[in-house]
Amino acid sequence: MLRVDVSKRLGEFTVEAAFASEGRVTGLFGASGAGKTSLINMIAGLLRPDRGIIAIDGETLDDTSARTHVPVHRRRIGYVFQDARLFPHLDVRENLDYGRRMNRIAEDAAQWRRVTELLDIGELLDRRPGKLSGGERQRVALGRALLSQPRLLLMDEPLGSLDEERKEEILPYLVRLRDEAGIPMVYVSHDPSEMRKLATQIAIIKHGRVTAFGSTDVLPAAHAPA
Amino acid sequence: MFDISPTEWTAILLSLRVATVATLVATPIAVAVAWLLARREFWGKALLDAVIHLPLVLPPVVTGYLLLLTFGRRGAVGAWLAEHLGLVFAFRWTGAALACGIMSFPLLVRPIRLSIEAVDRRLEQAAATLGAAPWQVFLTVTLPLALSGVLAGMVLGFAKALGEFGATITFVSNIPGETQTISSAIYSLIQTPDGDTAALRLVVISVLISTAALVASEWFSRRALQRLHGS
Repeated sequence: MLRVDVSKRLGEFTVEAAFASEGRVTGLFGASGAGKTSLINMIAGLLRPDRGIIAIDGETLDDTSARTHVPVHRRRIGYVFQDARLFPHLDVRENLDYGRRMNRIAEDAAQWRRVTELLDIGELLDRRPGKLSGGERQRVALGRALLSQPRLLLMDEPLGSLDEERKEEILPYLVRLRDEAGIPMVYVSHDPSEMRKLATQIAIIKHGRVTAFGSTDVLPAAHAPA
Repeated sequence: MFDISPTEWTAILLSLRVATVATLVATPIAVAVAWLLARREFWGKALLDAVIHLPLVLPPVVTGYLLLLTFGRRGAVGAWLAEHLGLVFAFRWTGAALACGIMSFPLLVRPIRLSIEAVDRRLEQAAATLGAAPWQVFLTVTLPLALSGVLAGMVLGFAKALGEFGATITFVSNIPGETQTISSAIYSLIQTPDGDTAALRLVVISVLISTAALVASEWFSRRALQRLHGS
């Protein structure tokens, strides 16, 4: 259960959003500039709300009235960014292992095998991020977030920087992730077809506000432009 | 011409020791200061930046005299250090290292600061979401990506420390075997009749060491750029 009820002023723009989701994949849908990224940055702890509450499974991460703000590195929330953000000085294996080392989790060969097989990245382990294609990079970023054993996975337009062909390459992995990994996700996108394929609950974001919340039928009609 | 006398050897080795110690002690401090300047906003930041750059613009003799006033045997800090830690700077090679460390500090900080500023903060954010505490982010992401800048700063600082003259001779004088570095040895030789050949030898050595340092510094900077572009 993810509960968000926050407001944050960003220059001329104000994000004022509230929703509570039980969904396996909560979609945040809206045009670019609607405040979706600010919203998940607040969930991740990268941005601090001016007012409000963020809680996961009853644990409060932010509560401005009690001055609670759990720092990013203690939230155990994975984040897959639009621009993968792999560490350029580490190879794929070291990138994947980074979260485990930082959290001092014991090595788990079975989990490692599950994730590398799920994402088909076993062949890439010795390469540097600079030598990967965009799609490969995004798959490694997914694996890296998964292997840090998060309780929630945030994805900010993970397909946004890829061309149509690459999107089709990654999408099936995301579906498998939803059905097999057992980690609740928040998925940000402005593409209704991605939302239909992935999300189980959707919040429509417009001008920093949640204007509708529900199942995929809150999305605009299928013929609407993406 | 290339028959180096024992006194000259002493000066060369002393210079190397002074510059090495100065660089090794100053580097961790320079990294901390560079990180503060690159990544934090705080009251007095502009002042700190100015103080660090002061040795670059002050006459070296002024810096040396200020060191004598603070770190000399009767100076506030110098007296305390001598009494409590047994650490004496005045007229010792350690004092030469201190003078060189302070004179080369701005040259050390600058490339390190630039290379930390060039590290993509989004990578640091990604590291935090993976569970890395701020000090872990620094050690595993920021510092490795800025490492070539740190090395470039060290080389440049080392070269500057090697050639330092004004502050050193003011603070710790020119005692053969204790505080007489290459620079002060050259100075003494020029004052001596028939010292020209020996002075010229040390000048050549000095030029060689400095050139090598600049080439090395350039090489590290180029490595830094390559590393940031992920190849």
